[in-house]
Amino acid sequence: MSHDWPLWEVFVRTKGGLAHRHFGSVHAPDAELALRHARDTYTRRMEGVSIWVVPSAEITASDPEQAGELFEPAADKIYRHPTFYDIPDEVKHI
Amino acid sequence: MASLPPIDVPTGATGKGSFDAPSAGQPDAARFEYLLRLGDDSLILGQRLSEWCGHGPVLEVDLSLANLSLDLIGQATHLLEDAGDGDKLAFHRDVLDFRNCLLVEQPNGDFARTMARHLLFSTWQHMLFEWLTGSSDRFLVEFASKAVKEVAYHRELSSEWTVRLGDGTEESARRMAEGLDWNWRFVPELFEVDETLQPLIDRAIAPDPREFEEEYRSAIGAVLAEAQLEVPADQRPILGGRRGHHSEHLGHLLAVMQFLPRTYPDATW
Repeated sequence: MSHDWPLWEVFVRTKGGLAHRHFGSVHAPDAELALRHARDTYTRRMEGVSIWVVPSAEITASDPEQAGELFEPAADKIYRHPTFYDIPDEVKHI
Repeated sequence: MASLPPIDVPTGATGKGSFDAPSAGQPDAARFEYLLRLGDDSLILGQRLSEWCGHGPVLEVDLSLANLSLDLIGQATHLLEDAGDGDKLAFHRDVLDFRNCLLVEQPNGDFARTMARHLLFSTWQHMLFEWLTGSSDRFLVEFASKAVKEVAYHRELSSEWTVRLGDGTEESARRMAEGLDWNWRFVPELFEVDETLQPLIDRAIAPDPREFEEEYRSAIGAVLAEAQLEVPADQRPILGGRRGHHSEHLGHLLAVMQFLPRTYPDATW
């Protein structure tokens, strides 16, 4: 039965002010039930305040075979990291 | 013909069942009885739904059903703890002493029948708990204010499944219609007012359920219309659960639920 149902990617906002984060995926016949399933699967222990579900088929992924050209050039460019600034202690979630 | 030996009635027994209400000097017998009715509804349906655990049609639905079950068992814990010793009430009463409605003890059947039962029960329970948030009983107000949100979710979930199964394939529609038909005869009991309930209605502790019966029937009718299903024909209503006259199914459920604490009364974990 679940093989007939499309897969949905689940994103959960764990508290106000934070971005939605990918939590996992669920099978469901439609978007509304995907939300229900996501709620029952991933937020049973007060993990979330908001849920998004997205059809997995709608996600365009990068090609793992292109990982070299996509990501390796960034590896030796330390100056692109904002680590040369002093960040005040009060600023969180950076 | 040899006569049977006299039944050994323990002193203090009410004669209605083997369980003696806890705490000597019971201050409010009607309220105690009402807490049992509410608590037993949640307890028995929670136990019933737990039978799905590991058997759900798919993993996600398995989790959904276990979630409903845990909500209900949580409600039962609050209600029976307020009535007395919750564990003792749950695990050491006999079938005649249970006060749940007959609907909640009905066997799960297939997934459609379970959802039909849940639609019929949670729609009623939601209207009941909404009323109880304004009860004259402080405990019930606090209890219902929290539980009404759980039950609102139960109602939405079972409504959505009813629509999807009813308006789904030929087979799912047939199963949903059969599930509704099986459970339909237990609906009138939900709106019964008897001599135990009437004084609680008079004291504004409990609602007169007949006040929201029309709203209930139109709410169920709206879900069934969206599900392309007919409202089942009224059948001869079956009553008696509130007075301990249960179907054969409850005894089997209790045997499973109560086996461990009855066999090993001192067991802890």
